Amino acid sequence: MVARAHRNHAHYWAFVLHRVSGLLLALFLPVHFYVLGLAIEGAARLDGFLSWTDTPVVKLAETLLVILLAAHLTGGLRLMALEFFGSRESSKTAVAVGTGVALVVGLIFLLNVR
Amino acid sequence: MSSVAIETKLWVWQRVSAAVLGLCVIVHLILIILAVQDGLSAAEIIGRVSGNISWLLFYSVFVIAVAIHAPIGVRTILNEMTNLKPSQTHIVMAVLCLVILTMGFRAVIGLFNAGAV
Repeated sequence: MVARAHRNHAHYWAFVLHRVSGLLLALFLPVHFYVLGLAIEGAARLDGFLSWTDTPVVKLAETLLVILLAAHLTGGLRLMALEFFGSRESSKTAVAVGTGVALVVGLIFLLNVR
Repeated sequence: MSSVAIETKLWVWQRVSAAVLGLCVIVHLILIILAVQDGLSAAEIIGRVSGNISWLLFYSVFVIAVAIHAPIGVRTILNEMTNLKPSQTHIVMAVLCLVILTMGFRAVIGLFNAGAV
């Protein structure tokens, strides 16, 4: 479709991934801080919550968050390189490398999480 | 201040905070992977950060940088993808910044003092 031709491009999907990951991470932040803040009420309170997270579904959600964080990091580095050093022929490769690195970080997390 | 001047300032703050966050997130990701290896526990988190000035400084910088970065990003998305007025998205940005700062420092200071309880 002609009207959607711009979407058929690695940089468009990198832009979408950067936006979506950024927004989801921003929404997750208050939850993250709330949980860590439970330590104020004592270690047992925090442990109580951490034991609740000990399920495969939560581990998968955590893996997704790690991938989102790594993807937002690599996407941001690519974006700043593009803004400060200009567009390069290799910038499409940077999209692929950034996405790959994010997935590898997620995989390392998944292999290490207990 | 003109809207162009505001946008330029926010753009600069977004990039400066992004550079700081780049370093913080690399450390954070490494730490996450190391910390989960033996299973995450309150004792592990508190044992690492409680009373430790270096971690207090690191997480303080992390919270401040993200309190600048995330709200500016959310404002940009709202400006480009919703019908909200710039004055309204500005308020959303300010509120989100305050929420992140308040909740972030509550957690950082709480964990720093947790061992003393």
